Amino acid sequence: MKISRAEVEHIANLARLELAEDEIEQLQTDLSQILEYVDQLNEVDTTGVLPTAHVVAQEDVLRQDVARQSLSTEEVLANAPETEEGYFRVHAVLPKGER
Amino acid sequence: MGYEAIIGMEVHAQLSTKSKMFCGCSSRTIDQGANTVVCPICLGMPGVLPTVNRRAVEYSYMTALALDCKATEGRVWFDRKNYFYPDLPKSYQISQHSSVVGRDGHLLVEVDGVRKEIGISDVHVEEDTARLYHRDEGEDRYTLIDFNRSGVPLMEIVSKPDMRSPMEAKAYLRQLRKLLRYIDVSTGDLEAGSFRCEANISLRPEGSEELGNRVEIKNMNTFQAVEHAIMTEIVRQSAILDAGGMVVQQTVGWRDELGRTEPQRIKEEAHDYRYFPEPDLPPLVITRSWIDELRSRIPELPIVKRDRFVSDYGLPPYDAELLTEDPAVAEFFEECVRQFPEAKAVSNWIVGELFRLLNVSGGAVGALRVSPGQLAELLKLVESGKINISTAKAVFEEMFESGRSAEEIIAESDLIQISDADELSDVVDRVLSANPDAVADYLEGKTEALRFLVGQVMKDTRGKANPQMVARLLMDSLDAMGQE
Repeated sequence: MKISRAEVEHIANLARLELAEDEIEQLQTDLSQILEYVDQLNEVDTTGVLPTAHVVAQEDVLRQDVARQSLSTEEVLANAPETEEGYFRVHAVLPKGER
Repeated sequence: MGYEAIIGMEVHAQLSTKSKMFCGCSSRTIDQGANTVVCPICLGMPGVLPTVNRRAVEYSYMTALALDCKATEGRVWFDRKNYFYPDLPKSYQISQHSSVVGRDGHLLVEVDGVRKEIGISDVHVEEDTARLYHRDEGEDRYTLIDFNRSGVPLMEIVSKPDMRSPMEAKAYLRQLRKLLRYIDVSTGDLEAGSFRCEANISLRPEGSEELGNRVEIKNMNTFQAVEHAIMTEIVRQSAILDAGGMVVQQTVGWRDELGRTEPQRIKEEAHDYRYFPEPDLPPLVITRSWIDELRSRIPELPIVKRDRFVSDYGLPPYDAELLTEDPAVAEFFEECVRQFPEAKAVSNWIVGELFRLLNVSGGAVGALRVSPGQLAELLKLVESGKINISTAKAVFEEMFESGRSAEEIIAESDLIQISDADELSDVVDRVLSANPDAVADYLEGKTEALRFLVGQVMKDTRGKANPQMVARLLMDSLDAMGQE
């Protein structure tokens, strides 16, 4: 396996995902297979090839600093499961007593 | 045991652009209703594409150049910083990591007359996050999110760990803020959150080269708080080391009202941001000629201007410091001196009267009604003896409020100084005969009675008399009476 159980748990924690025991095992297998598959690329000799971060050959796409109209608060909050006085309302993100 | 403090600063400054970093929402979000300055891009809706704000790039390059950084030429790109927290709707922040705007600069600061270069590690740009409001009402605990600030352009300026005392750290921040204001890229307003400071502090035994564990302090909202927090942290770490303990590497928040720090829960405990180049933004290619053009837009920098005020105008360093704190004040001063070339007198009026009136009114130098030329005109009237200093102060107050000229105000209020000896002699005679007790006191050697008599003459003339002349006339008459 390319990925350890501890690594799966770490990645899940970073993504704030709670995984069941069988899910951890399944993801360990899946993620390992993905890495093994991508590993095939390492067989290609890339000496002298620059790293590619973009597949489009565009450069220097800039916009002028002009402010335009934003959305109305109704539109902004339209899809929010919970709102309060114009705010998005979500579960508490800090443990009790912390600020 | 003696320890040496190793201090580095990170500053996040909001860039004074009109629109946000990657979308056209206004970046003026202060005092706006929650979620009123947002759009699909800064809300991180699926499928949207960010576009880089040209002015934000220019401002960050100007800052890097003003800090003597090596500005990055050629390809510059953005990176994704991944973390899962509700202050970022995309679950990543567009920032810079492997590519930055500039590196290896420095800022000259001064503490107690001693100058020191503080190294700048790098300058980079990123987007600001949403504001979270944590509600903790018993069992009902939740978090409210306002995305207005999300996507506002931020510039991060990271110093090298070159500071050795809280005073140096404070001096560095003051100088940095002044520089940002000079080149007009940020308001540098701490209270409004447009200039946020974080300090990294570690201690090591004096003479040692080894670095101790670092503690990062956040949430310092005034320069005094920065100084106080760093001082407190140095004391805390020293006590731990003295007791043979180890400082735990952590992030703490400064609680100004309690005068101490407390451990802060950080967004990502594992600092595992999994950076990678932002695929939604093609790289920028910064040309030499663009850099040169931006360099040409940088005005004279504060410390250079200050030195010039001392050498060119012969001002005391203290005056030069106050006058160059704000470039608008420095310009007001220079324009005034062009028309009334008595630099120290002009400085006294600006630092004294103008600052006092600005303090009272809470106004800004940029929005003054009175012009430098009008102050010069007033000072000429004082110099020629047409009005006395106290009248001039009253006239200046009127000028400050109305923007009218000194001549106009004086003519209208009949304030021209009475320097006519004949006219004043009559008043002096009247005052002397009306105050026999004071006259007797003076003749018995109680010279302070003279001040009372001068005051009476000034009162009689409604402050218009030339006080030096009044004193002389009074003494002449009193001396003559004494010899009788």
